[in-house]
Amino acid sequence: MTVEASTPAGERMTLNMGPHHPATHGVLRIVVESDGEVVARCTPDHGYLHRSIEKIGECVEWPMFVPYTDRIDYVCAMNANLAYCVAVERLLASDPATTVVVPRRAECIRVLVAELNRISSHLIAVGAMAMDVGAYTPFLHGIAQREAVNDIFEKLCGQRLTYNYVTIGGVAFDLHDGAVAEIAAFLDQFEREMQRFNRLVTTNTIFRDRCAGLAVVDAAQAIAWGLVGPNLRGSGVDFDLRRDESYGIYGELDVRVPKGEAFAGRHGRQGDAYDRYVVRLLEIQESVRLCRAVLQLLPPAADKPADPLGGHQAEVSKILRKVPKGAVHVRTEAPRGEMGYWIVSDGGKVPFRVRCRTGSFTAAGMFQHVMRGIFLADVVAVIGSFDVVVPEIDR
Amino acid sequence: MTALSHEQIAAAVRSVCPEVGDQRASNGRPFLHVPAAAVADVARCLRDDPALRFDALMDLTAVDLLQFPYTPPRDDIAVVYLLFSYAHRHKITLEVFAPRQACAVPSVAAVWPAAIYFEREVFDLFGVTFTGHPQLRRILMPDDWQGHPLRKDYLYPADYHGVPHLRDGQSFSTSPPRAEGTS
Repeated sequence: MTVEASTPAGERMTLNMGPHHPATHGVLRIVVESDGEVVARCTPDHGYLHRSIEKIGECVEWPMFVPYTDRIDYVCAMNANLAYCVAVERLLASDPATTVVVPRRAECIRVLVAELNRISSHLIAVGAMAMDVGAYTPFLHGIAQREAVNDIFEKLCGQRLTYNYVTIGGVAFDLHDGAVAEIAAFLDQFEREMQRFNRLVTTNTIFRDRCAGLAVVDAAQAIAWGLVGPNLRGSGVDFDLRRDESYGIYGELDVRVPKGEAFAGRHGRQGDAYDRYVVRLLEIQESVRLCRAVLQLLPPAADKPADPLGGHQAEVSKILRKVPKGAVHVRTEAPRGEMGYWIVSDGGKVPFRVRCRTGSFTAAGMFQHVMRGIFLADVVAVIGSFDVVVPEIDR
Repeated sequence: MTALSHEQIAAAVRSVCPEVGDQRASNGRPFLHVPAAAVADVARCLRDDPALRFDALMDLTAVDLLQFPYTPPRDDIAVVYLLFSYAHRHKITLEVFAPRQACAVPSVAAVWPAAIYFEREVFDLFGVTFTGHPQLRRILMPDDWQGHPLRKDYLYPADYHGVPHLRDGQSFSTSPPRAEGTS
C-alpha cells in the first residue's frame, strides 16, 4: 500500500480488515490507513467472491441463467430472479411474434414474493447493522422473523435461500394450499414484532446517537456516486423504480416512497447512517402494506390444477430458442436498489451478453470517499449502513 | 422537470459534437454513437446543459462485438454508457466503439464519480484502457491475471500459479459455445 506523501509513512497505521472478518458481510477485504483513531484512507479490495456470473451468462441458454441470478444476491434471490426475467420479457416484447404475456395470477405472486423477500432482506440489513455497532440481540430478532419468511418460501418452492422460483413468463409453481392465510397471519404477527424491534433498536439512544451524523451523503453526492435504493432515498432523493419506472403490476399499486429526513433529531443530518437505517425500516412497513394489497388483487387459481398459471411454460421455452436480436436495458428495484440488466441478444438461444448492475457495487465504490475522516470504530457501522452484500459486488 | 425525447437529446449533443451518430439496435433501441476522442466532452455537455442534466450514470459496461452478427462484421469493443437524469427523468444510451488492439477511451470518472468503479470493471474484464482514470487497476480478477475474460476470444488458462483448473482428462473449449443451430 502506498502512503500519501504529506504524512511521514511511519506515523500511519495500516489495518487490514478481512477478507474473513465477522463484520464485513461476506468475503470483503478493506485496507484502512489510520492516523491515530481517524481513517486517512480506505481501500476496499474486491473479487474474493467473483464467480464470473456474467461470463456464465454467455454460455448457458436463456432460462438456464435464472438459477445463477439467485447467486448474484442470495439475500434477496426472488428479486434477483425477477430482475432478469423482467428484462428478458422486455427483450421478447420487441417482436410481437415472441411476446410473452405473464398471467395475472403469476404477476401478483411475483410482487408478493418480491416484497416478502424485501422484508427478509431488510431484516438482515438492519439486524446486521445493529450487530456491527455492538448490539447482537436485534440480529437474532431479525433472523427469527426471516425464518418465518423462509418457511413460507420453502413450502412454495422447496428452497430457503436460492429459490429459482420466478421464471421467464411467470413463476415456477402456484401458491400452495393455505398460503394466503399463512402469509396474512405472518404479516399480522410480524407488525407486532417490529414494534418490539423498534423499541429495542430504533428508539435506543445509544444506537441512535452512534449513527447520527455518521457518513453523511447529500443528495447530489448520492446521485453522482451512483447510489441507489434505500441509500439514495436515505439522502433525501424521492425515487423508487417500482413507482417511477414501474414493471409488472407495481403500476396498479400505490407505492409510497420514504426518504431520509434527519430522523436522528438534534445531532442527525439528512443522509446519515441513521437515515439509511430508518428508510429500510419504513420500507419494511411499506412492503407489508404492498403484500396485503396484492393479496386482495390475487385472482383465483386456474381450474386445472396441472397448469395453474395458464400453462404457457412449454410455449415460452419454445420462444426462448430464438430470442429476437437486439439490446435491452431494464432496471428493477431490489432491496439494495437498482438491479439493472443490460442484455444483448444475437438472435440465438444463448445470450450474447448479460450485464447485471447491482446496488452494492456502487455503494462499495463510494467507501473510499465516505470513510475518509471517520473514526476507525465506525468503519463497520458505515459498511452496515450501506447494506452491501459482497456476492453482489463481485458477481 | 421536462423529459426530452431521444431525438431532442441527440440534437443537443450534436450541437457540441457534430460527429455523434444516431443509431438503432436491431430491435429498435436507439443509442448515440460517440467517437472515442469526444466522449469526455460529450459527457460534460450531457451533465451540465440545464435542459439535459444527466446527473447519474446508471451503468457503464461493454460488449465485445467479435462474433456478433453485424454486416459487415466488426471486432471492436463497444463501451456502453447508460445515463439517466433524476432532474428531468429522461435517459440516453451512448456507445463508443474502441478497436480491440489499441483499446483506449477517455475516462468519465471526473464527470460521474460512479465511473471510477465501473471503468475499473470494464478495464479488468474487457481490457479497455480509460485514459485519465485516477486508479485504473483490476477490480474483480487478481492483479496478476492474464487476459480479459469477457472478451469473446479469451483463452481459458490451464492453471493459476500451478493450480490446475481442470481435472484429468477434461479440456476447455477455447471460447464459450455460441448458438449453434438457432432454430
